[in-house]
Amino acid sequence: MSSVRIPPVLRDAVGGSRSVAASGATVAEVLRDLFQQFPALRERVTEDGELSRFVNVYVNDRDVRYREGLETPVAEADTIILLPAMAGGSS
Amino acid sequence: MTDQTTTQPQIREVTVADALRLAEAGYRIIDVREELEWNEGHIPSATLVPLGDVLGRIEAVIPDKTTPLLVHCAAGARSARAVARMQSLGYTNAVSMKGSALDWRRLGGDWEAPQPLLTPAQQRRYSRQLLIPEIGQKGQRKLLDGRVLLIGAGGLGSPSALYLAASGVGTIGLVDDDAVDESNLQRQVLHTADRIGMPKTESARITLNALNPETKIVEHRERLTGENVERLIADYDVIVDGTDNFDTRYVLNDAALKLRKPVVHGSIYRWDGQITTFVPFVGPCYRCMYPVQPPEELAPSCAVAGVLGVLPGIVGLMQANEVFKLLLGVGETLAGRLLMFDAMATRFDEVKVWRDPQCPACGEASPFVAAPAQMAEALEEAVR
Repeated sequence: MSSVRIPPVLRDAVGGSRSVAASGATVAEVLRDLFQQFPALRERVTEDGELSRFVNVYVNDRDVRYREGLETPVAEADTIILLPAMAGGSS
Repeated sequence: MTDQTTTQPQIREVTVADALRLAEAGYRIIDVREELEWNEGHIPSATLVPLGDVLGRIEAVIPDKTTPLLVHCAAGARSARAVARMQSLGYTNAVSMKGSALDWRRLGGDWEAPQPLLTPAQQRRYSRQLLIPEIGQKGQRKLLDGRVLLIGAGGLGSPSALYLAASGVGTIGLVDDDAVDESNLQRQVLHTADRIGMPKTESARITLNALNPETKIVEHRERLTGENVERLIADYDVIVDGTDNFDTRYVLNDAALKLRKPVVHGSIYRWDGQITTFVPFVGPCYRCMYPVQPPEELAPSCAVAGVLGVLPGIVGLMQANEVFKLLLGVGETLAGRLLMFDAMATRFDEVKVWRDPQCPACGEASPFVAAPAQMAEALEEAVR
């Protein structure tokens, strides 16, 4: 099982957890398992079955856009980070 | 000097008063002190040839060996040895000023001393940071000459502005069109309870000038838009982005790329913060990191989602830390790295942010395109 870090705006979709476990040998497989466990999360970050473009996915500290995308391999000890942009600031 | 005087007994030495007359009469002045001494002050018309360089360099500096030369140092010892060496090379009209440079000034000789980097008051005020090797007087001068623009005089802008002003950043611009609201005071520590209703930039100016009267505070009472962004950022060295919405962040990103301004980015949500630094065409830009803006429900502002007061304090100061390094030109910034702070777990995480060659703003097809050499260098940096 790999560990998936859940950003604050998505935590209510996973029961408030900051990090959840999911299994799979690639990012796509891990996400599939994740969405099976947390259907509410699927609704929030996918469009027509695809991961939305505004969510960055990192395996450890590497953006999968610069690796093999959703086919990027994932090892048991890896940490996956889901990261949509944050808006908050001053006002 | 004895070895020289035995071989060159004919050294002509003149008093400081005579030296002044010779200078007046058109003698070329050669200063044979060290460069460090020269930098502290020198005769404006003099040429620096340190004693150790006389044999090697004087013929290049003064090709005509009959030129009348007035040679001086701090007291007259080095200049006598310099004249001896010049004579050994065949110079026939070199004289040594026997006396101090101080006497030269006392008798009314021209003297040019550089402005000291810092005034005595500045030396006292900034003494603790002058002791830091990476800052010192030169670094402090850079801070005093530094111009930093804060987008937003609120949660993130408050802590950065306070510390930037305290440490002597010379000019701080504040872009904000809001007035102080009671609900701001839980985190926006620039403002005070008796200033509710006052424009935030004015409240900020009062606080910052009370802390450091020397810092020039420029109030820009407007909202950053596509129309005013270039005018607003043009005169600043570093931009600190503490805005509260994506539209402004994209607008700022594109203008900063165009005008080559580094942007220190901070964003916050309840217990979480993100910080990074965008250095145009060196590291990635905001669009490389977030090419697509999330829908509103996934990116609520603090006004909607709430925010812990201490969080903008921590993130804002991390931004200020980036500003110091950019102004001083030292250390390693967050360019190419996104730092994430989780206040609930007290935990920092970091991910790499790549420069996207396909980025519409700073990639290969950038409308703000850099010179090819700069691009190549930047790409090298990005893939390192």
